[in-house]
Amino acid sequence: MTTTVADHHHDEVPKGITRWLFTTNHKDIGTLYLWFSFIMFLVGGAMSLVIRAELFQPGLQVVDPHFFNQMTTVHALIMVFGAVMPGFVGFANWMIPMMIGAPDMALPRLNNWSFWLLPPAALLLVISLFVPGGGPASGWTLYPPLTIQGGMGMDFTIFTVHILGMSSILGSINIIATILNMRAPGMTLMKMPLFVWTWLITAFLLLAAIPVLAGAVTMLLTDRHFGTAFFDPAGGGDPALFQHIFWFFGHPEVYILILPAFGVISQVIPTFSRKPLFGYTSMVFASAAIAFLSFIVWAHHMYTVGMPLSGELFFMYATMLIAIPTGVKIFNWLATMWRGSLTFETPMLFAVSVVCLFTMGGLTGLMMSITPADFQYHDTYYIVAHFHYTIFAGSVLSMFAGIYYWLPKWTGHMYDETLGKWHFWLTVIGFNVTFFPQHFLGLAGMPRRIPDYALQFTEFNQISTIGSLVMGFAQLILLVVVVKAIRGGKKASAEVWENPEGLEWSLPSPPPYHTFATAPEVR
Amino acid sequence: MSAAHGGYYLPDPTKWPMITSMGLFLLALGFTLHLHHLAPGPWLMVAGAAIIVLMLYAWFGQVATESEAGKFDGQVDTSFRMGMGWFIFSEVMFFAVFFGALFYTRILSVPWLAGEEMLWPGFEATWPTAGPAGATYIGPDAHDVGSGQFSSIGAFGVPLLNTVLLLSSSVTVTVAHWALKKNQRGRLNFWLFVTVVLGAAFMYCQAGEYMEAYNHLGLTLGSGVYGATFFILTGFHGFHVTVGVITLTVILVRCLRGHFKPDEHFGFEGAAWYWHFVDTVWVGLFIFVYIL
Repeated sequence: MTTTVADHHHDEVPKGITRWLFTTNHKDIGTLYLWFSFIMFLVGGAMSLVIRAELFQPGLQVVDPHFFNQMTTVHALIMVFGAVMPGFVGFANWMIPMMIGAPDMALPRLNNWSFWLLPPAALLLVISLFVPGGGPASGWTLYPPLTIQGGMGMDFTIFTVHILGMSSILGSINIIATILNMRAPGMTLMKMPLFVWTWLITAFLLLAAIPVLAGAVTMLLTDRHFGTAFFDPAGGGDPALFQHIFWFFGHPEVYILILPAFGVISQVIPTFSRKPLFGYTSMVFASAAIAFLSFIVWAHHMYTVGMPLSGELFFMYATMLIAIPTGVKIFNWLATMWRGSLTFETPMLFAVSVVCLFTMGGLTGLMMSITPADFQYHDTYYIVAHFHYTIFAGSVLSMFAGIYYWLPKWTGHMYDETLGKWHFWLTVIGFNVTFFPQHFLGLAGMPRRIPDYALQFTEFNQISTIGSLVMGFAQLILLVVVVKAIRGGKKASAEVWENPEGLEWSLPSPPPYHTFATAPEVR
Repeated sequence: MSAAHGGYYLPDPTKWPMITSMGLFLLALGFTLHLHHLAPGPWLMVAGAAIIVLMLYAWFGQVATESEAGKFDGQVDTSFRMGMGWFIFSEVMFFAVFFGALFYTRILSVPWLAGEEMLWPGFEATWPTAGPAGATYIGPDAHDVGSGQFSSIGAFGVPLLNTVLLLSSSVTVTVAHWALKKNQRGRLNFWLFVTVVLGAAFMYCQAGEYMEAYNHLGLTLGSGVYGATFFILTGFHGFHVTVGVITLTVILVRCLRGHFKPDEHFGFEGAAWYWHFVDTVWVGLFIFVYIL
């Protein structure tokens, strides 16, 4: 068992399908997460194209209203829980051990389970679309009393949420244990790359928020099938209770989606500015402040539900506070670029677009934090535009930045820069054509989650649908770029970019199957 | 079989997680079908649960074997400690939801429901309540409930006994821990056995209370928001006690087989942490569900 033969055997890369099924290697698991995320991204994206196709013209053309509602719901669930969260966990798996000089994740078998909980959960959600009554059609927020009704699709959705929650909790535990326990000697907390910091904070958010969602959907399940009255006023309950609990989870959740993105951007911008990150310490504290604030602002999602005035005011002011740490981050990125030797390779293009577009999403968020104004914007296309400016332009574009940034490290080959630039321009132009008009639609009063609309909204909807087609099909370019880089291309050096900072660049590209068997010294 | 990499134990590829996930899938699928009275539901649930139980047995068994083989150094031990500690934190948040629901209902939504005369004329905010359309509450421990009435379990009968049982079991598990640290194996086995017995006694009493509630007090899951919060809080707690008793039993068996060393016994400590957590939740339940 302890012979060199066994040691040698362990260093070989396992072959065949069981490599992926049984793996305990952080790089393999990271790859699995990233591919799963990409498949879910395409599935969820296809659903959004169904939505946009129906909305191309007023009236009902493509799908019936019930199916339309299922599409809006499942699109959101898949994108949030299937694409963005697993995507960033994939980055965490690949990068955190290499960034902190660890041999692997702290709990490798648990790591395998965290991933392999995802496909069964996704399968349950997909099954729900094909059972009598169809999938969930309530919007991803799953508000009762609508979700107390409905067929077995809702039960499948509830169990999907449970299993995805288990995956997230186990993954977060692993990430926390890895970061706190596996750092190389000399890698103090305040020397950690910002991506590691943001993930540490995100993992705490997940641990605090996900069990709350699990509890909320459990109460839905018992209200549906076991006669409880948590959300039924006839039995002394209150449907608004669900909204409070859901958003106590939901607001941290959106920061779970965005904080790792901030981490990626904070790695990419210094590299292509050829300057160290401006205000590292303030970045760390700003991330922690955002995380803290996320737990005391939830009811800004429900200003119109009927709350005491003191509640409305508290949540309004607390929400406005978030602009301060977020502003710190934006200005730090700008200061990092200020007078840097900037070059605009694809990762940097995506990073800069995130800084611009996410700022827009943040500012529309500030508008909606104002309670009396939000009564007008609530449940209109304005919130759809705001949300996609933060989560697509914030999280997803950051993931693209991260993919182009680290793809040469992962595969050992440079990606196709021309195709990368095509991907960037088509995505960003398509995105703005899709979502910018939705601000106007929302301000003019077009409600969201409705398959039909009044005639005066037609032009903006048509522009939006055209943009979504461009944006949607542009994602196939990413697939081509990634497959090309895996199959071959110009060899990438260990450093890949010009003097990038971080331990991952001290490893060859691609890194060996096991890295940092002996911990590096960090000075 | 695996190689040491710089000292930190990296396990070989493993099939248990993947198979556990399949079991979980079957369990969820079967449960959903069962909820809608479809035929293969219960069978799928049984199959899924059996897979999960067998795989957890194999998985934990493998970890115990590795531990006894001395493969885990201090750093691995720290990983386990952090893992267990943060897992318990997530459990705290899970119970916080139901406590939060209880507080929200009692302090805010029931008074609001009574305050709006337009909604439910004549409804008065009391606690316990089954809501404006639910059964009428007639005081605790009333065994002569008629139809349309319900009662509740008084705090200072069996719940007080349960409190004593659980609090003393927290003491006995600590005494067992001291014995383990002093390598007094006989005392360790004895006090750990006492802990398991106390936990099992709690489960027995709690099951009796549930039968009492359903058969005589008219208190069910359907007893409005009082019944809902009562049963979801005590029910999930009871489930956690059950898991804790099973865990402690496994640890007891391992102790009897001579596992654990005075200075290296995280398996024992993890189970003890979990047990103290379950105990603490009960104290919260006793105060906020039974007494107040």
